[in-house]
Amino acid sequence: MQIAVASGKGGTGKTIVSTSLAMCAPGRVQYLDCDVEEPNGHIFLKPDLATSERCTVIIPQILEEKCTYCGKCRDICRFNAITLFANTIMTFPEMCHSCLGCFRVCPDDAIVRSEREIGMLESGMAGDISFVHGRMRVGEAMAVPLLKAVKKKADKNVLVIIDAPPGTSCPFVEAISDADYVILVTEPTPFGLHDLKLAAVVLRNFSKPCGVIINRADLGDARVEQWCQQENIPVLLKIPFDRKIAEGYARGQCLVEIRPDLRPSLQALIEEILA
Amino acid sequence: MKEIVILSGKGGTGKTSLVGSLAYLAENKILVDCDVDAADLHLLLDPKPRSSHEFRSGVKAKVISDQCSGCGICVDLCQFEAITMDFAGPTALMNPLSCEGCGVCAHFCPEQAIVLEENYCGDWFISDTDYGPLVHAQLFAGEENSGKLVSLIKRQARELAEQTGLDLILIDGAPGIGCPVIASLASVDTVLAVTEPSQSGWHDLERVLDLALHFRLQSFVCINKWDLHPEMAASIEIACVERGIEVLGRIPFDPTVIECQIQGIPVVCNEQSPAAGAIREIWQALSSRQVNKE
Repeated sequence: MQIAVASGKGGTGKTIVSTSLAMCAPGRVQYLDCDVEEPNGHIFLKPDLATSERCTVIIPQILEEKCTYCGKCRDICRFNAITLFANTIMTFPEMCHSCLGCFRVCPDDAIVRSEREIGMLESGMAGDISFVHGRMRVGEAMAVPLLKAVKKKADKNVLVIIDAPPGTSCPFVEAISDADYVILVTEPTPFGLHDLKLAAVVLRNFSKPCGVIINRADLGDARVEQWCQQENIPVLLKIPFDRKIAEGYARGQCLVEIRPDLRPSLQALIEEILA
Repeated sequence: MKEIVILSGKGGTGKTSLVGSLAYLAENKILVDCDVDAADLHLLLDPKPRSSHEFRSGVKAKVISDQCSGCGICVDLCQFEAITMDFAGPTALMNPLSCEGCGVCAHFCPEQAIVLEENYCGDWFISDTDYGPLVHAQLFAGEENSGKLVSLIKRQARELAEQTGLDLILIDGAPGIGCPVIASLASVDTVLAVTEPSQSGWHDLERVLDLALHFRLQSFVCINKWDLHPEMAASIEIACVERGIEVLGRIPFDPTVIECQIQGIPVVCNEQSPAAGAIREIWQALSSRQVNKE
């Protein structure tokens, strides 16, 4: 079972919700931080990151001594990662999507596998929670390959909580693609509502069941709740604005540590989703 | 011409609210919303569309089922797990959201049963606002190519600015440090990073500052909602100074920011708002410190 916590708009409280769900979950649980551009789950769960591995993607390396400059590799590459001028061939590794097309069309065996580091995959235990996150290398543009590597660590035998990246484009889609249920965390503001609608469109295209948590529920207006009602999307929980939560969050405390009184409602929420 | 981009790393620190206000304060500028998959700036600026354009980028592979023999070669070739086999056919099934448009499947299909179709993945607009022209876009939900769309709207904004004699491009960036953010940095002079006083805010800010450094860009920082945790705000300031980065100002937590968002106006329009006062000071400081491009 996978529950993804996503939002559309950034900074609505995905991480504070997902880390707290992991802490409240019954039985064994795994937390995957899929926001590889800006992973924050470790700040709250404080895992012992015992394992660390480099995450790489395959890129072509052209052996000039074998290359006959036929241009077939350049022609198949749709990402402009290979250019050819007369007798000079150049690759642009940062443009490469690792489709392996160039390897397959080269008639001269002039392309060998090289690799490009896209980030680190780190994992360990945070108490009883099995923790995994990816840290994308600064300067790297593509988040999806590392995000896929984080998701490959998902344990099929336990409850998996996924902390998704903000937005509604490819990293968000990849993060929620295997989820059985998606919790959308939003705030009751025009920005929150606008981005919630966009995220909900994606979930509808995937026929993913979802529910909404409204964070800082008293700072804004009623339009998010009205919209949820109109769209038949359940509002699972409303978390009021509370300086104590903001201060605890700032220090890296989990919601259930700051406000233990919220634990029963979070537990009930998970049980309802699992049922 | 100067280009200023507002970034944050972490989402929700107040980029768009700040850009909305800078739009009001800055003169002779064009605005660009580079958060193309969750664009919100238009909600503050009430744009009147001048022109609307389709954004087509890359291709998606499509299986022509009648021609597919079900050999499965494409399934093995695809590096993106976008193709599965429907053994009832048997025929290959394409998942367009996983397809990255590399075209390898089409190239090697022995039956020519896969075609590549141009991908219509969003719309972009030139609009007029009370504060100047705005170039913005909406990438369709779940699409890729956000970096290309960002590059496109930035190029459009620059052309428009040159044609109409505007000397500032003010850019609302996306959260994160990936493809749309990197695309938004091209030809930028100054990064203004907005953070919040929390460990997450600082963690993500550091990565954005590293990214700016990677591209040798001048960065400034401002701390939003600083009074939610004054000690954390102070330690972020110290850490910035240690990195040689100037903190231009602090914006207090102010519910007026949300009230103005609900009204659909920049917060600086509200004279009484404490946040508005702080934003005016930040803009003054930023204007006086900008370097001229050679």
